[in-house]
Amino acid sequence: MHAPVATFPKRVAVAIHDKRLQAALEHASGGFVKKRAALVASLPEYEALRERARTVKEHVLANLDRYLERYEAEVERHGGHVHWASTAEEAREIVLAICRDAKARTITKGKSMVSEEIGLNDALEAAGYEVIETDLGEYIIQLAKEPPSHIIVPAVHKTREQVGDLFDEHHRPLGYTRHLTEVGEMVNEARQVLRGHFFRADVGITGGNFLIAETGSSIIVTNEGNGDLTQTLARVHIVTSGIERVVPTLDDALTFLRLLARSATGQETETYTTVSTGPRRADDLDGPQEYHVVLVDNGRSKMLGGPFREMLRCIRCGACLNHCPVYTAIGGHAYGWVYPGPMGSVLTPLINGIDTAYDLPNACTLNGRCQTVCPVKIPLPGLLRELRRQQFEGGMTPAPIRWALQAWAALAKRAGLYHLAMRIGIPMLGAFGRRRGALSWLPLAGGWTDTRDLPAPQGRTFQQAWSARNGARS
Amino acid sequence: MRVGLFVTCLADVMRPSVAFAAVKLLEDAGCTVVVPAKQTCCGQPALNSGDSTDARAIAKNVIAAFEGFEAVVGPSGSCMGTLRHDYPAMFADDPAWRARAEDLSRRSHELLSFLVDVLKVDRIDARYDGKVTYHDSCAGLREMGVKAQPRRLLASVKGLELVEMHGTEECCGFGGTFCVKYPEISTKMVDDKIAHIEASGADTVLGGDLGCLLNIAGRIRRQGKPVRVMHTAELLAGLGAQPSIGEAEKT
Repeated sequence: MHAPVATFPKRVAVAIHDKRLQAALEHASGGFVKKRAALVASLPEYEALRERARTVKEHVLANLDRYLERYEAEVERHGGHVHWASTAEEAREIVLAICRDAKARTITKGKSMVSEEIGLNDALEAAGYEVIETDLGEYIIQLAKEPPSHIIVPAVHKTREQVGDLFDEHHRPLGYTRHLTEVGEMVNEARQVLRGHFFRADVGITGGNFLIAETGSSIIVTNEGNGDLTQTLARVHIVTSGIERVVPTLDDALTFLRLLARSATGQETETYTTVSTGPRRADDLDGPQEYHVVLVDNGRSKMLGGPFREMLRCIRCGACLNHCPVYTAIGGHAYGWVYPGPMGSVLTPLINGIDTAYDLPNACTLNGRCQTVCPVKIPLPGLLRELRRQQFEGGMTPAPIRWALQAWAALAKRAGLYHLAMRIGIPMLGAFGRRRGALSWLPLAGGWTDTRDLPAPQGRTFQQAWSARNGARS
Repeated sequence: MRVGLFVTCLADVMRPSVAFAAVKLLEDAGCTVVVPAKQTCCGQPALNSGDSTDARAIAKNVIAAFEGFEAVVGPSGSCMGTLRHDYPAMFADDPAWRARAEDLSRRSHELLSFLVDVLKVDRIDARYDGKVTYHDSCAGLREMGVKAQPRRLLASVKGLELVEMHGTEECCGFGGTFCVKYPEISTKMVDDKIAHIEASGADTVLGGDLGCLLNIAGRIRRQGKPVRVMHTAELLAGLGAQPSIGEAEKT
């Protein structure tokens, strides 16, 4: 994937002043939040479903080796192949080898965040393959040569006008000369262009929303049907999936599907839910000749035994992004890697190293809204706080913050000294600002006073006033 | 009932009238209020910055200072959420302190939910002539279940009209040290909040956490907007006429 540009604060500054991005974010997140809320309110068993989903995932994580082995055996029983990749690099190598053996030239892709995580497109293109993303959002950002900015709606940051311009540039050589302004027209044009690719493709790569241990099946959900064409029309179908996506039975998958659609896009169900089990059988009318599953670890098994295990429950619905006030203020690209928002702020440091993403766990108000909408009840704020703890203890917290914190804590641990210091300092601060009611500048407090006044303290501290009052009483 | 008041560090130094309001509301409801002098802060700045050693040291002081009270009450959902939910988790590997933390956890309450849910107060004798909107501070709402209680008490205030703003459950962008570490994001968030407050037509915005209120008031003052910002407890305790947060004293 593209290396992040500049630093997090710089990316934030760019995002906040990008008017088009701000308009796109406001439009998109509001819609998802409203639709999800209405559906959740109309589903009496929603809380029971959440609890069931949480329990199933915890059970799977406690027995992950067993379910993965069962899954592998079932895939192979149906004539498919399972490949284990412990790193992103291994995963890329495996996919490249399959494509090489298949003598492929053209590769279509259904939307897959694992594929983004392992940087698959860049590797395939570098090896000379023609790679075409077929999910409309992924297709748009592929044309724009950008990473996704949302795990469900990857081009959410693009306005209709920008998409129209991209289509002008890339479709004109194919004979589509009319400038489009309506969404429906753009969808139709993309559909026509993509149709040709589907028929030419040698290999189709999809993700796997769920892997079913009892049947060896992979399930994908889409709203465009592009995933079905990707995996049915090509000679070879490759599923790329994280090892944590396995669930015991098809019945269990139904629990998750009900939660996923509602949480992700505010739909009761996605338009297409497709179960694939192995390659084409002798009496099948269509389907791939080869079926491969690449199971990607890439840091997941390391999370299994530690304080971040609960993150492995994530079903990649994106509800935490849509409900995050920081995500909706800065958009996905500011996070610097493929997973944005609260889930990304946990996953990115865990996959890439907590020293490489200092800001992500810290750029959060711990408001807790993500946790309340998470369909599998991941305690995201708690996990972010645990990352902060590891950063602090690993000496990654910037020195000025550490010093200020420790100076404050030295006082806060000693009540007598603390109250004495406040008795002296606070009335002085109050005297400065009381006439206006607020201070517009304070030394070393630019983080606050650049954009805000500091309301002046009322005068004496409460503890001082209280002991005076009670002294007078007795 | 003998109640220990958890003053909160922000009320102690920035706005003592919030703590005095809490004392009045608790005394009016029949409580005997005690203010342990050995309290400073709940320790969130350390806890949320990853400094678990200092956070635990501060928590131990709070636990010790508030032993023996039937209830421990504070005018903040955020601080009381720390006492109730975070303290027990902080001592997961220390059975003796964990038991003491859990004991404090069971006795810890946010002020208004304590008045309504525990003491069964359902009306307050106060007057405020104004159009008021209430901001649901995140920790109070999500950790302490504070939502209906302040609205219920505000409904009994004479002269007060309560209007709901859009996005009342959205974070104001304070987030403790977040607001100074990431001022641009924080400012964007508080600007959205202020836009919602203004659109509601309210002349006063109330909330249950001073952190949020200082953030909102600080930005409103910088922009020179006329909206008054106050802690809900202040208005309920009849202190609504004093200068609001960040407002100059009347001359």
